[in-house]
Amino acid sequence: MSLMPSIINGASMGAIYRLIAMGLTLIFGTMRVTNFAHGAMLMLSMITAYSVWAATGINPYLLIVIIGPLMFFVGYATQLFLIRPVLKAESDKNDPIGVLLLTAGFSIVLENLALMIFGADYRMAQTDFSNTVFTFGRTSLSAPRLYGLIITLVVSALLWAFLQCTEPGRQLRATGQDRNTAALMGINSEQTFAVAFGISTALLAVAGLVLLPFYYVTPSVGNVFQTRAFIVVVLGGLGSVPGALVGGIIIGLIETVAAQFMTASVTSVLIYLVFLIVLFVKPSGLFGTPFH
Amino acid sequence: MSKLLEIEGVCSGYGDVKVLHDINLYVEEGEILSVVGANGAGKTTLMRTISGQLPTTAGEIRFMGEAVNHLPAYKIAERGIIQVPEGRRLFPYMTVHENLLIGSTMKHVRASREKNLQYIYQLLPRLKERERQVASTLSGGEQQMLAIGRALMENPRILMLDEPSLGLSPLLVSTVFELVQTIAKAGTTVLLVEQNVKQALKISSRAYVLENGVVAMNGPSSELIDNPYVKKAFLGL
Ligand SMILES: Nc1ncnc2c1ncn2[C@@H]1O[C@H](COP(=O)(O)OP(=O)(O)O)[C@@H](O)[C@H]1O
Ligand SMILES: [Mg+2]
Repeated sequence: MSLMPSIINGASMGAIYRLIAMGLTLIFGTMRVTNFAHGAMLMLSMITAYSVWAATGINPYLLIVIIGPLMFFVGYATQLFLIRPVLKAESDKNDPIGVLLLTAGFSIVLENLALMIFGADYRMAQTDFSNTVFTFGRTSLSAPRLYGLIITLVVSALLWAFLQCTEPGRQLRATGQDRNTAALMGINSEQTFAVAFGISTALLAVAGLVLLPFYYVTPSVGNVFQTRAFIVVVLGGLGSVPGALVGGIIIGLIETVAAQFMTASVTSVLIYLVFLIVLFVKPSGLFGTPFH
Repeated sequence: MSKLLEIEGVCSGYGDVKVLHDINLYVEEGEILSVVGANGAGKTTLMRTISGQLPTTAGEIRFMGEAVNHLPAYKIAERGIIQVPEGRRLFPYMTVHENLLIGSTMKHVRASREKNLQYIYQLLPRLKERERQVASTLSGGEQQMLAIGRALMENPRILMLDEPSLGLSPLLVSTVFELVQTIAKAGTTVLLVEQNVKQALKISSRAYVLENGVVAMNGPSSELIDNPYVKKAFLGL
């Protein structure tokens, strides 16, 4: 049996984990806040996307023009109206415990709202390409996963270009490196935080849409992705974007390749094992700089 | 001469820790004013308070006649009150060029970005040579030049330098003081905070001596440099 399909499937799942992880990294990297509502916001974008798809039948990938800006706005508003007041009241702005609890609480609220409105059912967007399979020689690939891989890679490259080459991207990096000095340059860090949050949740819109044609939507769908994304982030090194890149691929590969040989629960154990070994050998993660 | 920056009865500190007590100070348009004092006197606290990084608990800070002490730090920078912080505080993972670009983030200085870049690279050719180098890999002297260059990108109306000579070799110290004079001659008002009292008094028109968070003395630098107390406490004579 060829391992090739599972490696490519692993790469595509890994790329999605990585995209989700990059959103977490972006928020942590700019504001030192760990967003425990990240998974719930992925769920929110998936449920919204599913509902729009169910009502209109539009190709999920095209829905990005609606769900993308919508999720950007949701993230932007969350930062401005929910997180900012709590962050302001924190005594230690580099270790904001209150904000952490707030995001965890917000995640529970979102999940229960979804349960109330959407119900606990598992639903899937059965698009006309959901079951399409491409065959290359002896290797066959599921179409939505291949499309997902391509879209995710393109979006990751766009994010990189945004951060490196644009004015707001540079402001974001400066704020992450030293918010007090950024303020001396006339940069409004609260505004920058809101943009970072908005981009982070817009990335979740992309991840959600890419998952839609081949993954079940349910109010708890965010949990597994959030856990995986945390592992990816910590594995790669907190706040390191290249780290999130490599970490995502590693986890995706372990998951699908190992699934060929063992049960899903053993695969999960394996992921945590690799995670612990890396942290044991290099506590700051694969690409992280040690924290002082 | 008109007063560009006026500080009147200002108190400030860190939460319950009161550091500055009833500070009165002004800076005239076009001058180099120095604020000197020993380690822990409150010089950096004064810089942070003017820049809006610390709130005033009493008094008022006026810039061009308008109270600015309730503005957030980024709005104070927008007014043209620009600080070069103690310890340079460059963006460590950015290149020299990017650090300069960040200096011209504000909308009203964006238009003069190219002109300022050219001016700074001509004034500080070392920076041009190291344009693509990451800031954290620069030497101490180069880092200080970059921090000053970055501030110049912001078109300062008043440039506040917090101990620019700290940790530099004697040769670089004089380079930095010359640079400050060049900037002032080109028309920028300068507020210079220093522990290198002798050099600071030499290049400034007036000075304030800060001690334990209060202004202990002030006057023309040429007089303070001959003052017996200043001589004994700061000049080692
Ligand atoms: N972040 C801080 N929190 C509490 N106290 C501080 C802080 N920074 C400085 N101080 C105190 O404020 C006083 C003045 O410090 P500072 O303004 O840094 O002096 P200077 O710049 O003249 O050396 C010192 O007693 C110092 O211990
Ligand atoms: Mg100081």
